[in-house]
Amino acid sequence: MYNFDVEMPTTIADAVAALGREEAQPLSGGQTLIPTLKARLAAPSVLVSLHGIPEMKGVCKNDAGQVCIGGATTHATVAADAAADYPALASLAARIGDPAVRNRGTIGGSIANNDPSACYPAGVLASGATIVTNSREIAADDYFQGMFDTALEEGEIVTEVKFPVPEAAHYEKHLQPASRFPLVAVFVAKFADGVRVAVTGASENGVFRWTEAEEALSANFSADAVAGLKADGSEMISDLHGSGTYRAHLVGVMTKRAVAAMG
Amino acid sequence: MTQVNMTVNGKAVSGEVEGRTLLVQFLRENLGMTGTHVGCDTSQCGACVVHVNGEAVKSCTMLAAEAGGADVATIEGQAAPDGTLNTIQQAFQDHHGLQCGFCTPGMVMSAAALLKDNPKPSVEDVRHYLDGNICRCTGYHNIVKAIMAASGQDVSAIAAE
Repeated sequence: MYNFDVEMPTTIADAVAALGREEAQPLSGGQTLIPTLKARLAAPSVLVSLHGIPEMKGVCKNDAGQVCIGGATTHATVAADAAADYPALASLAARIGDPAVRNRGTIGGSIANNDPSACYPAGVLASGATIVTNSREIAADDYFQGMFDTALEEGEIVTEVKFPVPEAAHYEKHLQPASRFPLVAVFVAKFADGVRVAVTGASENGVFRWTEAEEALSANFSADAVAGLKADGSEMISDLHGSGTYRAHLVGVMTKRAVAAMG
Repeated sequence: MTQVNMTVNGKAVSGEVEGRTLLVQFLRENLGMTGTHVGCDTSQCGACVVHVNGEAVKSCTMLAAEAGGADVATIEGQAAPDGTLNTIQQAFQDHHGLQCGFCTPGMVMSAAALLKDNPKPSVEDVRHYLDGNICRCTGYHNIVKAIMAASGQDVSAIAAE
């Protein structure tokens, strides 16, 4: 690793101020960023740790019935504290990485990085969540803009994510066992006004909504409704773990399994 | 360089670190506590697992500066001061839960974290919890058996696979 300074702010305002320093970068749980720094793929001059900011931690429910998760809340905390109010999301958090990774990695870090195979983007997009930053609120549909690309501006940090709670939801993950990321995973969320289906691990453009499946499931919520659908394989990730065609096939299988699990 | 202070195995320690100094480097190089191992350095293998404020973390993927003020527990603090092994360590010895021993510090610390939250885990629970701890010698079977034994459960029915 190249060397850098570490700032440890205790408020969002101080973190934003520290991020104004030249070549500063936020550090959340570090479970992706620290390995990236070790590989010398990034060379910030200052890392601003978001770990010691109490106002960015914790899970609660707001007056609108949304589950609100602070940006620096770890996966382990979400797995435990969202289990009663949003079990499908808690289950997603409980299956990220391994226990030690879940004790450090955070929701804000995951969605700020927007890895095309990360779990959280699928849960955030399928839920139609709102991403709250230090300066504004962004709808999930506008937030994810492609592989490792988001609507976040330089120096902007995810302070909270607000999840509307669906009537029913399920996250079906086909594990890539070496990385513990999904090879392909699908989050299905059934709301009173329709169904949202988000897919991660599959597309070269990162997480996406599978609109054909959403339309089919909104008309007829059953595994049979998506049985005949095929995801477009033309822009799927192809690597040694699976071809684009295989991933496209898995999108259909994971969606069917998710719907079946929702009974 | 900045000064970092923390508690390691109940003892207050401090040292000068760079921003990039990892917690595991601070433990091994500043404090000379080489029981915590670095296997992969890419947060895959779990040989470096320690507890920070009671939670298992990979000390190769956390900055020392971030552990300022924290209560850290390492493998060196597991046995009694006279060298008597704790329950988990003794079970690893009794059930041959190690061969080369390189992964063992991380395995023991992960097992301790598991048993704190789940005192009577199933075999499946143990295997699932050890997702982030890689052993290249044992095939895991005797590690799982040792952790089951450490939890006070009967392991006589767990046959070799």
